[in-house]
Amino acid sequence: MEAVGGVLFSGIVLGGMYALVAMGLTLQYGVARIMNLAYGEFVVAAGFAALWLFTAAQVSPLLGLLLVMPAAFLLNLMIYRVLLLPLVRRARSPGALETDSILATFGLLFVVQGVLLAAFGGAYQNYSYLSVPIGLFGATVTANRLVALLFAAAIGTALWLWLARTRAGTAVRAVAVNPEAAQLVAIDVRRVAALAFAVGGAMVAAGGVLVSMFLTFNAAMGVVFTMKALVVVIMGGVGNLMGCLVAGLLLGLVETAVASWVDPGLTLAATYALFLFVLILRPAGLFGRPAR
Amino acid sequence: MSGTALALALAALLALGTVPLLDDGFWLALAINIAQYAVLATAWALFSGPTRYISLATAAFFGIGAYTVAVLGEALPWPLVLLAAGGIGVLVSLLVGLATLRLSGVYFVVFTFGLAELIRQLVTWFEVNVARSIGRYVFVDITQPQIYWQLLGLFGLLLVIGTWLSRSRLGFALRVIGEDEVVARHAGIDTARVKIALFALSALFLSLTGAVMAPRWTYIDPAIAFNMTTSFQVLIMALLGGAQSLLGPLLGVIPLVLLFEVLGANFPNHFSILLGAAFMLVVYAVPRGIVGLLARARRRAAA
Repeated sequence: MEAVGGVLFSGIVLGGMYALVAMGLTLQYGVARIMNLAYGEFVVAAGFAALWLFTAAQVSPLLGLLLVMPAAFLLNLMIYRVLLLPLVRRARSPGALETDSILATFGLLFVVQGVLLAAFGGAYQNYSYLSVPIGLFGATVTANRLVALLFAAAIGTALWLWLARTRAGTAVRAVAVNPEAAQLVAIDVRRVAALAFAVGGAMVAAGGVLVSMFLTFNAAMGVVFTMKALVVVIMGGVGNLMGCLVAGLLLGLVETAVASWVDPGLTLAATYALFLFVLILRPAGLFGRPAR
Repeated sequence: MSGTALALALAALLALGTVPLLDDGFWLALAINIAQYAVLATAWALFSGPTRYISLATAAFFGIGAYTVAVLGEALPWPLVLLAAGGIGVLVSLLVGLATLRLSGVYFVVFTFGLAELIRQLVTWFEVNVARSIGRYVFVDITQPQIYWQLLGLFGLLLVIGTWLSRSRLGFALRVIGEDEVVARHAGIDTARVKIALFALSALFLSLTGAVMAPRWTYIDPAIAFNMTTSFQVLIMALLGGAQSLLGPLLGVIPLVLLFEVLGANFPNHFSILLGAAFMLVVYAVPRGIVGLLARARRRAAA
């Protein structure tokens, strides 16, 4: 039986990561209207990038963020321009775009997973960075978890400030609320969508790098990350950053509690249980208003 | 499909039943593979074609069928094993349907996306903690020709049901839902019930296929049974052929089974990349499937 303090801390760290990753997804789905099923693969890819930087070039993951995040931004911008824009152009209705983007990113999932498998193999990987124990509120935690949590909080806050305080961020929020009305106030919806998609990609890369500091991962784990991010987004209400934070923390806590006190093999079951709970009681999310 | 076309198709299936008498090596194995995906893709399209709800749960139901055989195969006679496999599949599909199909389509996609992984984890947990072993040997007296004949039988049954469905009120309701769900509700269709019923019917065939295929492996563990790639391959085959018509998926199954055979043999390490690339090619280049291309060619010839 693990102590409550340790579980609480681990849960908050894991939940913070889920929240960060889900914020990226909520930008991609809520603003760019792309249901990205390859999302989790990019979490894992960023993790592998951090691993490679650390073991091959001795670059610390925190410095690595400065490299991986812009790279992910550009990569996702290209993915949107090259792969997804044709689908946006050909879609006759939002429903058609949703279907097409689900299919296209499902294909992308296998491509990215295949590339990771070919490059790094299928084995579980981890690396040891800052794994020194420190005492915190009476519990012993590793420094890398604490650092990851602080960085996630900083990046999440930066995203929030960008959305709330800048002109570009306001345009992004306007498109999230109503793409047709946004056009009326001279917002180039497709450019904003591309921007939101790329920023979302940078967020997911940040999440992947931070997660890789303390979690063991392998090339096949992307699906689980996608699933959890989707559940957090739906639970928090699509396009709602605060909802992501609360739902992410909730999922992290529930999952850590289940993993430490019940069985580590049942974490996805815990995710699904939460998902079912939301679907049955509050289909529009914890903070959302019902759509119909 | 018209009555004559159905009769012709069933006669063709009977003729194809002679394959095991001619060859029991490579060609039979290939025929089993094609028949397996033909049943899976057609069963997938039975629900997802007319409703346009994309189910990513094929591997979950296939795995349920296969794993049921691994657990019950020795304990019960074969027909009862099949019954159990189909029954469990239908039960799970009803649960999924009740939870998600009353809501908008995206919840359904998300739920089915992780379903195979969820069931794999649950089965693994059960095997480790309760049964105390991971993986099982499949000991049943089913030969390769028998697997093949059962698959042909399932396919024939699917064609009969599909033809009946296209003429029934239920099938009409499904097509209305696919065109516009709001209209369907206003026309007095109980959309949730129709969708759940069809999803369960589709799941029944997917689970039965898994059960029928299980004796091909001598050893099954949860990772083999609940493999996401199955969902993926079935989806791409049905899309390439055309999910809107009954025989459409078959047109995608034959070329892709052959292609995957070649790719798997020659590029085992890059199979996943090529699979994904092939999939995206289908989504971008043939959005309406081979059936759509044929219809366009026919229209052009007429004009």
